[in-house]
Amino acid sequence: MARLADWLLALPILLPLLACAGGAALRASPRAQRALTAFAALAMLFASAALVAVVHPGGPIASQMGDWAPPFGITLVADRLAASLVLITAVMYAACALAARGDAELGEAEPLWHPLLGALVMGVAGAFLAGDLFNLYVWFEVMLIASFGLLVLNAGAAGRDAAVKYAVLNLVATSVFLIAIGLAYGLAGTLNLADLARRLPEVPNQGAVAAVAFLLLAAFAAKAAVFPLFFWLPASYHTAPAPVGAIFAALLTKVGVYALIRLFTLVFPGELPWVGPLIGIAAALTMVIGVLGAAAHWEIRRILSFHIISQIGYMLVGIAIATPLALAGAVLYMLHHIVVKANLFLAAGAIRRAGGSFSLAALGGLWRRDPWLGLLFAIPALSLAGLPPLSGFWAKLLVARSGFEAEWYWLAAVALGTGILTLYSMLKIWLEAFWKAAPEGVAEPPALAGAERLWLLAPVAALGLVTLVIGLWTEPFAAFALAAGEELRARDAYIAAVLGGTP
Amino acid sequence: MEILLALLFGVLLAGAVYLLLARSLPRVIVGLLLLGNAANIAILAGGRVLGTAPPLVSPGAQALAAGAANPLPQALVLTAIVISFGLTAFVMVLAWSVWKGEAVVDAEALRSAEPPALPSTDPVEAAEAEPRAEAR
Repeated sequence: MARLADWLLALPILLPLLACAGGAALRASPRAQRALTAFAALAMLFASAALVAVVHPGGPIASQMGDWAPPFGITLVADRLAASLVLITAVMYAACALAARGDAELGEAEPLWHPLLGALVMGVAGAFLAGDLFNLYVWFEVMLIASFGLLVLNAGAAGRDAAVKYAVLNLVATSVFLIAIGLAYGLAGTLNLADLARRLPEVPNQGAVAAVAFLLLAAFAAKAAVFPLFFWLPASYHTAPAPVGAIFAALLTKVGVYALIRLFTLVFPGELPWVGPLIGIAAALTMVIGVLGAAAHWEIRRILSFHIISQIGYMLVGIAIATPLALAGAVLYMLHHIVVKANLFLAAGAIRRAGGSFSLAALGGLWRRDPWLGLLFAIPALSLAGLPPLSGFWAKLLVARSGFEAEWYWLAAVALGTGILTLYSMLKIWLEAFWKAAPEGVAEPPALAGAERLWLLAPVAALGLVTLVIGLWTEPFAAFALAAGEELRARDAYIAAVLGGTP
Repeated sequence: MEILLALLFGVLLAGAVYLLLARSLPRVIVGLLLLGNAANIAILAGGRVLGTAPPLVSPGAQALAAGAANPLPQALVLTAIVISFGLTAFVMVLAWSVWKGEAVVDAEALRSAEPPALPSTDPVEAAEAEPRAEAR
């Protein structure tokens, strides 16, 4: 007998699965594929909004698939963090499906794009909802194989080269994760996250527990593109078509960050004294090296790729400090960053179409040609740099404030300094692409107009609106993030929701 | 038996690391395969080697008899094998298409996504140098 909660937890996985399987079957008919993807994205949006509405006042919910008693079966769990990430994943699904409509680079590959996008979204939603370490691994793999497929859609020499690096480095990280799963099972006899949280402190060999924690940290740090394990990301993201780059930039690294938050708040909370400082140092280096890498580049998507790395550092600051306020900062930062970064990649695609290139040297004069594009680029760009009153400002404020309150002054200072360098990169794109005169000798592409302009700019405008809403009407989002931070820190409600009993 | 599995795990891991550090793509792929198998051995050893009898509950009994194998790691390893089979097949096809397209198996020579030179400041050169999708 399925309850409402079971459906709410299963639907965000089942709907993209439907779009994936149906899309693969309907390859001959692009119209039917588009309709199916649009239906799945909208239905997922409603289902995950309902999930957030259940979880936000009510606390975590869990569901045992196939009615196996916990901790033996497959468990799906949603707390505030997971539910909000599923909702934002649905938003990204809808936005990128819309963006693909206007993207010429995707072109003939569109019949493959729909099923692969469905599979990717299914893997991401599954990873957010998984209540079990091995299921987390399986969802990671679903996401990974779909991302391989998306990366080589219409790939030229550069795309294949990028896919080799992306695939090999991610497979190594996956294998490290799998080895850690084997060791964790050997130590605790369970892989259910809530059950692991209960059993691991009772394991006599705490040295081995620390080794498992370190292996998991390394594996997810590689997935999240944390220094020094980020090299797959700037090698690959800039070769994909704009909608693919946008969904990658929005979701893939964030699943790694989510896994780190989940593990180091639920399974290993504060028992390992080295974790906080280690993640803190990694966070500082990730922020600084990412932003310096971006400063060195003159191709829009490569600049944006390095900024993903730099911004991952901010989320790690929250995990390192691990007070409820810091975790709230990390949660708000993730939600803000997913929207803004996808938006920047989509805007980069529109800039490429309007200006003919991704290289800043070959661009120029776009403000005169299309001021609306400039405005729509400026919203996420300034939000990324953390200018008030946009969403990035509030996210950075929470992170920096938690750093000062917990007396991690150096980390808060690095975070604020990185913000200034981020602003430098965004202004560089702005000045070169929009403000300077168009360079001599480069052929101008035909002006962006009519239906094509609408399809390219509509998702950018929609995501820009989300950024503005989070920025100007912050109160409910901040309250949600603070509640999520408290919930992550308390962790009893999560364990009780999965294993039964009262918190 | 666990000692033997631990030794095997170490040997596989060492071989995998050695091959993954090689510059030739086929060696890297074999390294990935060894790494995946090392992980499978780790899961198998994590479940302890309890016995060799098939893990079937006999009629009327409530639990497994002594000497039965632990079924859970087998299920986990089976899943992991299927996944790593699919991923390895993909990487092999990818390496083959790189070889067909550019006649390169040396990872050091794979430079088209990240050209080593400084970014060009000449507008025309910069526009030509950027990676593009290939028309089919």
